Parts: sequence; structure tokens; C-alpha cells
Amino acid sequence: MKYFPLIWAALGRRKPRTILTGLSIAIAFLLYGMLNAVNIAFNYGAEMSGVDRLVTTGRYSITQILPYGHAHQIRSLPGVSSVAASDWFGGYYQDQRNFFPQFAVEQEEYLGMYPEIVLPEQEKQAFFSTRTGTIVAKTLADRYHWKVGDKIPMQAGIWPLKGGSNVWTFDLVGIFDTANPKDRGQYEMMLIRHDFFDEARQFGTGTAGWYVTKLKNPSAAGTLAKLIDNTFANSPNETRTDTEKAFNQSFMKQLGDIGLIISSILGAVFFTLLFLTGNTMMQSVRERIPELAVLKTLGYTDFLVLALVLGEALLLTLISAVLGLTMATLVLPWLASQLPGLSGLTITLPTIYGALGIAVLLSFVVGLPPALRAMRLNIVDALMGH
Amino acid sequence: MASSLQQVISVTAMNIRSIPSRLGTSFVIVIGIAGVVGVMVALLSMAKGFELTLASTGRADRAIIMRGGSNDELSSVLVREQAQVVLDAPSVAKGADGKPLAIGELFMITDVAKRGATTPNNVVVRGTTTRVFELRPEAKIVEGRMFTPGLREVVAGRSAQRQFAGLNIGDKVDVRDGPWTVVGVFDSKGDVHESEIWVDVDALMTASRRGAYNTVTAQLTSADAFQGFKDALTSDPRVTIQAQREPEYYASRSETLNKMITVLGYSVAVIMGIGALFGALNTMYAAVATRSVEIATLRAIGFGNGPVVISVILESLVLATAGGILGGALAYVFFNGYTVSTLNMQTFSQVAFQFRVTPDLLWKGVIWACSIGLIGGLFPSIRAARLPIVDALRSS
Amino acid sequence: MSEAIVSLRGVTKNYTRGKQKIEVLQPLDLSISQGDFLALMGPSGSGKTTLLNLIGGLDQPSSGEVNVGGQRIDQLSSRALAQWRSHHVGFVFQFYNLLGVLSAEKNVELPLLLTSLSKAQRAKHVATALEIVGLADRAKHKPSELSGGQAQRVAIARALVADPTLLVCDEPTGDLDRKTADEILGLLQTLNREHGKTIVMVTHDPKAAEYATHQLHMDKGSLIEQSANT
Repeated sequence: MKYFPLIWAALGRRKPRTILTGLSIAIAFLLYGMLNAVNIAFNYGAEMSGVDRLVTTGRYSITQILPYGHAHQIRSLPGVSSVAASDWFGGYYQDQRNFFPQFAVEQEEYLGMYPEIVLPEQEKQAFFSTRTGTIVAKTLADRYHWKVGDKIPMQAGIWPLKGGSNVWTFDLVGIFDTANPKDRGQYEMMLIRHDFFDEARQFGTGTAGWYVTKLKNPSAAGTLAKLIDNTFANSPNETRTDTEKAFNQSFMKQLGDIGLIISSILGAVFFTLLFLTGNTMMQSVRERIPELAVLKTLGYTDFLVLALVLGEALLLTLISAVLGLTMATLVLPWLASQLPGLSGLTITLPTIYGALGIAVLLSFVVGLPPALRAMRLNIVDALMGH
Repeated sequence: MASSLQQVISVTAMNIRSIPSRLGTSFVIVIGIAGVVGVMVALLSMAKGFELTLASTGRADRAIIMRGGSNDELSSVLVREQAQVVLDAPSVAKGADGKPLAIGELFMITDVAKRGATTPNNVVVRGTTTRVFELRPEAKIVEGRMFTPGLREVVAGRSAQRQFAGLNIGDKVDVRDGPWTVVGVFDSKGDVHESEIWVDVDALMTASRRGAYNTVTAQLTSADAFQGFKDALTSDPRVTIQAQREPEYYASRSETLNKMITVLGYSVAVIMGIGALFGALNTMYAAVATRSVEIATLRAIGFGNGPVVISVILESLVLATAGGILGGALAYVFFNGYTVSTLNMQTFSQVAFQFRVTPDLLWKGVIWACSIGLIGGLFPSIRAARLPIVDALRSS
Repeated sequence: MSEAIVSLRGVTKNYTRGKQKIEVLQPLDLSISQGDFLALMGPSGSGKTTLLNLIGGLDQPSSGEVNVGGQRIDQLSSRALAQWRSHHVGFVFQFYNLLGVLSAEKNVELPLLLTSLSKAQRAKHVATALEIVGLADRAKHKPSELSGGQAQRVAIARALVADPTLLVCDEPTGDLDRKTADEILGLLQTLNREHGKTIVMVTHDPKAAEYATHQLHMDKGSLIEQSANT
């Protein structure tokens, strides 16, 4: 790339202007990186959920409770590998603001169908053998400084203990992580045992909030979902069954169209940016018309001059994009700490590719008009204008 | 020698008169800042709308009573005996019929699709009685009629009816145990309840095979009576229940969502503002550079540095303010009154609210624009004033 | 008598300003031999710069033929013409037209970027060219750090570096004082005499013209007088 020093030097022509332009582009990419991370965090869970798992809830709402007998009936259906009863514990640790999900699950079935949750075998066995046991995500253990062996008091929000007390105490027997670090946000939760939970709670005994079913064959998901719902049709406890993926997606959709809001903001940001940088770049080319004319007299072709001006725009936007994404990686931990439930905010590879794509597009949009102008430059007129 | 003020005026006038000849670059500041202020005002109007929806929900002289330890209506259970204790409590106001004005209510969630979509959304079903309009006078039927006690009939909140499909009068909606008929629409001044659907509490108990209420909402004799009312209930050994003033309860139920909208809105606005500041600086530096000869000429004639600095800042301010007003106007035209609904994780239910572009937000936007304009003009103006006159004159 | 390196036959040039048609060059024939140092003289608007632009391939005639180095250039596309210029012509301007952001050696290197020379070869050529114009010690300086005469020497080095068939100079001393101008003209003379460079120079300064081997006077778009310096 022997022309690189030429392009680089052109950017250095008016350093303050180049730096200010670069910074405003970088800011746009900072926002792009941040908002994309938020968007991905909202949608990632749904993307990642297995299609070989079904979720069965009450027909009218996930908040309905279902009799435990449903578990046995689902288990006996053909094509079912295993079933785990689950409940939403809905409590909090110390302060209501310390929000994280807690689920009461049938421990062996549940861990069997979620291979993405990994923990040492010894801790897993301890969970299976300790009725008051709990396992928590590593991110939570780090946040609240928990370690195996601790007793964790949880304030119940929904389920009081028999006798009316709201304080449940669990023994922390294991700390789990996810097989893929990207899944950490989705599995940032506390798991307790459904058998202990069901026995100790004041009301609701003999029920579950929903059932997770693992299929032998993922392609049978649609058929089996219908079969489950038909089994309970016209009973007092009708059900609705979906793949876990569809279930999570519909949950995310309830938040409203976050993707649309985010792309609208980014659209406004980049439009504004286009005005700011496009104008500066054109001005920069305008000032250099005599220089570009000189290059042409030296035998630089029209196309080469076009390429040089475009290259300048491209170099500036690419550097700024990289700078912006770097700033985003620095800002994201702070943002994640401000937004509960979004601990997995990161810049992903598709975000980076997207940024590079936008940078190229942007450099063409703002660079092409001045570049075309430079290309069409009439040498004789340009030199005489001096 | 003209006074400083006259100098400022004449230099500024010269600068502003030359704006048309530099339309392109001047436009950059206006559009750039309009974009920033527009996005900021739109985002904050979302936060504002949500806040106003919450603020208008509940009254200080009403209390909501739940099981002790439960966080919200959904997780609370009050059996009839507990509800009776509340009704009998002192400080509960009497209704027109002479009975205590307090209603035991059911709070459930059912799935209704948003308009134009098929995926289910958690919509609140509140089982209440026909006395609800006495308890919540802010609510009134605006279309159709109230449900008939004992029948499977529904009145939908106006926001719910607008946001979700199949809540028009005559439509059937799956509440519990099969379809119920929508017979009316109520308005409660845009508060949280407007995102709910209301049905008869006894009909809902039968359909859902429930024997207990979730909560009791009580009208107190006065707002001051709350403390005594609360103490009486908490000290009653027969029940483990808690009482909260309505506004406090609803505000606490939205902390998370409120924080999320605010944090996101302000971070985006601040970051964009910084980006626009760079753009404004760039433009004003260029504006000063193209006029360095004029400025130097004025200084050679005897104009002071002060008027030069002030006039550049004034120009930047004028352009930025124009951008701020334009951005606020765009946000108002496109977003004011725009209604969205989202899932409030804390109550596990949908809440609809409107974007509210209020005068104080517009004012904030203009202030924001002026700050950008001020800083964007300050440094270039200092540079203009510091440039040696001789150099500047020669640079032509 | 060496062969003609530049030959123009029946060349005219017209511009249209609005509805008015301006004839800048009347039908004109001209031949320049290999090794000539030609001074083109004449008052402003006589067409001398237009003629120079035609010879240098910056502009194209309205009619007629332009042959340089045995090639017809009046019909070439803009792309082909650009390539032709990079091989055959070196330009020197009144205002030097160096790129302010580049050091002297980078300015001189510009034409070589269009060749397939390696980086090391380019550096060698640049050093040689700067040596010839006597500015080897100023290679790293930016144009703003050079005097007018030095800047013009850099411009001459840039014109030389690709070893063109022809050097085309437009008022190369127009912006310089007498003493510096004489040095620059002496340099051009040396290039002509010792390195055999063919030079076409536009000037309105009779003293500058004396350095050339031939003089050519123009007025109102026509050649009016041709003479050889002794």
C-alpha cells in the first residue's frame, strides 16, 4: 500500500479538524456498540434456547399454577425424554433491589436437560443430596461474595414458609458457570430444589408453575406440544405448550420492539453524523483542489484521485469505528451495573462486523461526493484558480 | 471609539449577516444539534410519560393491603377473614350505602396479543365490584356499560383496549375457563389501571376456582389517617398483613423500569451531546478560519478582543438554539402522545404509557443546545482573538 | 539536427463563454527538437500557457494534431493521457505546487508511486533527483520550511524524478527574486546541457528567456517570431 503515507498525510493536514471529525464519528460508534449490546442482551436468551425443550404453562398465563399430576402424565407420553417441574420463587436477598431470578426445580431432571449449566460433579452430587441446598451462578456468587458452605437467607416475595415466616435459608452447595461464557447473562440465577420448596411452602403444595419437557427428537416438538395440550384440554387445568425458544421469544416481545427503538436512535445518530462529517470532508477536499490538480498533472488518473479521497474517508471512519467500539467496551460494564438483569453486555463479533460494514458504507456516503468532485476536476481550471 | 456593547453588536451583526454565504457549515450546527436534541427529548419524553403514568396512579388517602412479605398484588393472598379485618378497621371511610368503602380484589394475568401481533402479552385482570367507581372516582365508563355482577363480562381500560387486539365492545376475551364478553371501556386518566381489564370478582373467583382475594384497596377517611390505620392492622394478632399508601406502592413497583428508561435515555443523550459538541467545535473553527481576515481587519481598526470573542460565541449560540428549537419541535411533532406498552418485570404485567413532550423537556433541550453552542463557540472565538493580526491579514 | 520530439500540426483551441466563442489558438504548427530548451514568450492572454498545456497533455486541442515523443496525444482518453503524462512529462509551476503535508522527498516521490519501482528503488531515484537540484540536505523538510527557491528546486526534482521525455515549466521564476531566479534558470540550463533534457518554458521575462536555446514569441493566439539564442 504505497499510497498509504499520502492518505495518512492528507488526514494530518488539519489535525484539529481531523481529530474532531474522528471523535464525533467515534461517538456514533460508541452508541452503536452500546445499544447493540443492549439489544443483543435482550434477544440473546431467546436465540440460544434449545429447541429440544418444551415449556408447558397454564393456558391463560404463566402465572397460573398446574397440579403436579401433570408431570406424570407428560412423562408417560411417547417421545418425552424427561420432565422437570419448575416454580418461580420470586424472593430477594437482603434488599428488594437485589433482583435476580430464583427457580425451584426438580434438580436431577433439570440439570440433566440443561447441559449448558456446568458445575463440578462433587457440587452437583451435594445439590442432589441436600434438600435445603441451592446452587447459584458464578456471576451472582461474585456479586454477593458467596462461597460454597454459606447459608443464604432469602426473603420470600410470594411463598411464605409453613407457619407464615418469609425467611427461607438455603445451604449453598455449588456454584455453576455456563459452558459458553456468552450464556452467563441468561443463566444468572439461583436454583433451589422443588421437592423441598413444595413441602415447606405454606400453600400451593402439590403444584408447579410450569413444566420443562426434554424431547427425544427435536423435530417432533410441534406434534408433542399439541399432544400435551390435548391431554389436558377440557380439564380444569388446561395448558399451553411451546418450544422454549418460542416461549422466550414471546416473553422478549412483551418488552416491546426494543430493536425498533434502538435502530431508530441509531438512525438519528448516524443521520446527524452524516451531516457533521460529510460537510467537513467536502470542505477538506475543496481546500485541496489545487493539490489534487497537481497530482493529476503528475499523471495520477481520475480513478486514482477518487480512490485517494475515498481512502482518506475510509481510513478516518475505520479508525474512528475502532476507537468507538473500544470506548464501548469500556462503558459497557458501567451500563450493565446500572441495568439489572443485563449482566452479559459485551461487544460481539457480529457487532464488530456490523460496525466495519457501517464504517465502509458511511465513508462512501460522505466521501463519494467530494471524491467524485475531485475526480471530475478539470486540471487547467483548477490550476488557474490558484 | 464605539462602546463595547456597540462593538459586540456590530461584529455579531456582521457575522450573522455572513451566515447565508456559509449556509452549508451553519446548517451543520443547526441540523447536528437538532438531531441530538430531538433524540434526547424523545427518549426523555418516554421516561417522562412513564413517570407521569405512575404519578397519576393512586391517591394518598387510599391504601392497598397485602399479605405481609409479598412484594406485589400478584403474589399476595388475602383470605375472606383477613379482608374482613380490613373492612372493620378504623379510619376506613364509609361509602354512599353506609358500608366501609373498601374492595377485596383479585389480581390475575391473562394473555392477550398486541394489535397486529400474535404473541401473548401479560394483561392484568382485576376482579372487582361495581363499587369500584366510588373507590376510584378517577375511573369512569366512557363506552358501553359496566359489567353485570355475577356474569362473565369485561370492561377494558382504554389504554389496554388501544394497545391490545380483541378488546373492543362485543369481542370475546379468554379470561379464565373460556371466553368472556367485553361490554364496556373505562378511562382512568391514563394511570396504570387503564392498562388493565376489570371483571366481576365473584365471577372470576368461580371461573378460576379461587377462594381468596389478592388485595384489598381501602378509602381512608383522610390521608393523615393512614398511619393509625396501618398500625391497627400490623398490630392485629389475627392477621399478617401490610398496608401501603397507593402512590408509594405503585412508585415502588416501577423502580426498575423507570431506572432502565432513565439510564438509557440519559446515557444516549449525554454521549450524543458530546458527539455534537465535536461537530460544533469543528464548524465554528472553520467559520472563524474563513473569516480570519475580516476579524483581523476589525481588530486592526481598533475593535477589542472581547467583542470578537463574544460575537463568535453569540453566533454559535444563535445557531445552536435554532437547532435546539428545531429538534424539540421535531420530537414534539413525531412523539408527543405516542403510546407504547411494555412489560413491567416487577409486576409481571403490561403497562401502557404515552410519550410526553412537556415544556420542561423542551426547555431542557434548548438549554442542552445552548451549552453545546456555548462551548462550541468558546474555543474557536479565543483562537480568533489570539491570532496575531499581521499573520491573519497576510493569510489572505 | 536532432529529430522533432514535439510536433504540432494545425492545432487550434476554442473556448465558449456563454454564447461567445473565444479563439485562444489560431491554426498553429510547431516543432521542437530533442535537446531544445524553448522559451515561450508573449503578453498575457497570448495563448502561451494554453499551448504549454497542450504540449504537456493537460488540455486537448479543438482541432489539429499533437505529437510528443512519436505519439499522438490529442485523441487520448483522460485515463490514457494521465498515464502518458506520468511517463513523458515533468511539470514545474510558478507557485511550485508542492503538497504542504508531505516532506520534500515525499513530494519528489509522488510520480514514482505510479511506477512499479520498489520502495528502495524509489528512494534511490528520489535521492538522485534531490542531489541534482542540490537539495539532498533538505530531504526531510516540509515545503513551509523551505525558501521559495528551495521549494522550486524540489518541484524541479519532482519533475525530473521519473526521467520524463520533456520538462514543461510555466513561469518557473515568476514568484522569485532576480538572484534566486537566475539560480533556478541556471539549474534548468544545466539540466538541458548536461542531462540532455528537452525543456519548454513559458515566461514573460526576457532575461529568463536568454537562458533558453530558442525563443518563440506569441500574440493573440499565433506564433509571431521564432529565434535561436546564440
